[in-house]
Amino acid sequence: MNLALSDEQVFLREAARGALSRIKTLEAARAALDGEQSALPDLWPLACEAGWPGLLIDEAHGGAGLDAFDAMLVLGECGRVLAPVALLGHLPATAILGDSPAGAELLEALASGQRRAAYLPAMPPNDLVDGWCVDPAHGSARPSAPSASADGERDARVSGTFAFVPDAPGADVLVGVALLDGEPVGVAIEASASGVEIESVRRYDATRALGHVTLSDARATLLDTPVQALAGAWHLAQSLIAAESLGSVETALEMSVAYAKERHTFGRAIGSYQAVKHALTEVLRQQENGRSLLYYAGWSRIGAPAEFPLAASAARSVAGRALDNAARTMISVHGGIGATWEHDAPLFFRRAQLSRRLLGGTGAATDRVAGELIAQAA
Amino acid sequence: MDLDDTPEQAAHRANVRAWLEAHKGEAPVIGNPTHPDPTQPDAITDEAEIIAARRAWQGKLAEAGLAGVTWPKEYGGQGLGPIEQVICNQEIANAGVPGILDAIGVGMLGPTIIAHGSEEQKGRYLGPMLHGDEVWCQLFSEPAAGSDLAAVQTRARQDEDGSWRLSGQKVWTTNAQFSSYGLLLARTDPEQHKHKGLTMFVLPMDAPGVTVRGLRQISGEAEFNEVFLDDVKLDEDAVVGGVGNGWGTALTTLMFERVTIGLGGEGLGFNSTRFAKGIASDAHGRRDPEVRRQLGEIASELLAVRFTGYRTLTALQKGQIPGPEAGLAKVTIVNGAIKAGDLIADVLGPDALAEGSEWAYMISFLPGLKSAGGTEEILRNTIGERVLGLPPEPRLDKGIPFSELRSKEGAAA
Repeated sequence: MNLALSDEQVFLREAARGALSRIKTLEAARAALDGEQSALPDLWPLACEAGWPGLLIDEAHGGAGLDAFDAMLVLGECGRVLAPVALLGHLPATAILGDSPAGAELLEALASGQRRAAYLPAMPPNDLVDGWCVDPAHGSARPSAPSASADGERDARVSGTFAFVPDAPGADVLVGVALLDGEPVGVAIEASASGVEIESVRRYDATRALGHVTLSDARATLLDTPVQALAGAWHLAQSLIAAESLGSVETALEMSVAYAKERHTFGRAIGSYQAVKHALTEVLRQQENGRSLLYYAGWSRIGAPAEFPLAASAARSVAGRALDNAARTMISVHGGIGATWEHDAPLFFRRAQLSRRLLGGTGAATDRVAGELIAQAA
Repeated sequence: MDLDDTPEQAAHRANVRAWLEAHKGEAPVIGNPTHPDPTQPDAITDEAEIIAARRAWQGKLAEAGLAGVTWPKEYGGQGLGPIEQVICNQEIANAGVPGILDAIGVGMLGPTIIAHGSEEQKGRYLGPMLHGDEVWCQLFSEPAAGSDLAAVQTRARQDEDGSWRLSGQKVWTTNAQFSSYGLLLARTDPEQHKHKGLTMFVLPMDAPGVTVRGLRQISGEAEFNEVFLDDVKLDEDAVVGGVGNGWGTALTTLMFERVTIGLGGEGLGFNSTRFAKGIASDAHGRRDPEVRRQLGEIASELLAVRFTGYRTLTALQKGQIPGPEAGLAKVTIVNGAIKAGDLIADVLGPDALAEGSEWAYMISFLPGLKSAGGTEEILRNTIGERVLGLPPEPRLDKGIPFSELRSKEGAAA
């Protein structure tokens, strides 16, 4: 039994915290909301220097050969300071390519970060829905994943839309799932190919780069990634956004606790009141539950792959709700100032609001937890 | 990061499993006294017979080294770590046989005596406790001292010959109706500050003046007792850990209680798999989005507790003692189970509330459990202060003799 960070993992986390601490990411997030999009720092060179793009790529292809849990540690640090590092899109894409000999030639440039990938998210079937589906650009009905038609042995043409794709703007290669004769296949598409259109979209949280990707008969390389690994990329993305959310929870809780100790009303620190203390303890409870589930997700991806969908979905569900509550509690504990532009709390609140609705949303992850357990019970 | 046994742990597990395989036929089959299961005709349903059978089975488990694993060898234990005890518990559960009857004694009170008792006390009490020959109960809580345990009023007065006279009332005492001894916290000096005038005693439950009365709960069953003490005489050597040191001794017991809770994880059967089965049994409800959302939220948190338990184990393995944050797992389990009971009964309808139904029993049990081992509110205070470092609430009970507390409380109200 060993459910603790190794020395290497502690070092990875501390190095990430150190590197990101040198950049004023929160100030940049506020300036970007004010319309200065250029205020957002380009953190990709920092990520490359730290070796993050190759975290999940094996050493033979220039990567670090590390595991999902290590990637989750880095995402957690990004979440702590709302740093816009394009790993949520890049890392699941590299995981799909790494499981396919046909994708191997792309890996080296992606491991070094010389090129950047974005994952085209498609939700795998569950106990109620048979097909693969994608997030809609509007509303709640989820369209089917785009379809592909074979174009020779190794290529295909893909048509369809993926909405709100994390880190799509500026990506060099798009990697995801399309349906070939109704069956899921992995595809890799050059972003510069004809028939590929990426519309940059920002919603509510300026630090989050999103894109609507429209494919019109776009040429794609067919990957031989096993279906389980295609689904695994979705669950990996769930784990990563969970880890990132929990990093934000940590900061929100730390700032709230610090303020509750120093702010006095009626002659005593507000943190001494049960109403405030219990609200902060609730954030801690959710944070610790989320952390335990990150361990579950990180361990199960290799240690118990059949449980990875359950573990990753549970982590996403708990971490997403934890961030919702942490951001709202942060605002309440700070009182009126917490709801103003002058404070950092709204930045975390905006992060919570948008994250909750990306990559299927926290709700779809919660439903999958129920579905996995009901299917097991049947 | 892994959940695997080390080679030593794997060897230990294999030994335990082999013993259970060879002896599980000797384990008692326990039935439900009020709702016998027709598929288990051999099940014991008589209360007294159940206790006798479980005591004998505890003796066999102890003899085989499956109980008191962390106790020192000189007191009948194995001198191993908490992981080895957890391995035994896991294998006992997997074998489908009952665990020890006196988990409170062996898990919490025995370790307290090992830490604070005299050599005579250790020699006299530990062996029979471990083997189930003498069952123990924990006489801490009182009607006016639960979460605020240091407010106990049971009074112990010393006579000139050194012996003690005890009067007062204890409550929420599990197993008292068949216990041989209790570990009892009493006030020996009300002129001292609240935490200082306390002393821990060993109480023979058959001493004259001790009355045990069952306390029925919402379910109708009496799982706890009230214990009344009417001028009970104890010898001088009944004191554990020294006169006036009762609070420190009690904290040791509570620390072992936290370890037990932290490792209990989803113990008590409040786990995601069981609740999902309850929902899955209804073909309509299992497809209902709102039911699935609620189940997903509840199950996610209960799954988290399982892995919090593994984190706690890892910490114990490294020689760290779990802090008050282990109490957060209890909050998650109890509130999760309450929500699950509501959800399952909503889906299954009034049938879920039939007397004897597992869900009716659970629903009845949980409101009380919310306050067991300290109310949720007090747990959150403790965690807010000790883990988050938030300032304490102003208190009226610091720095004054216990005897003056009542008048001060009256004045403040």
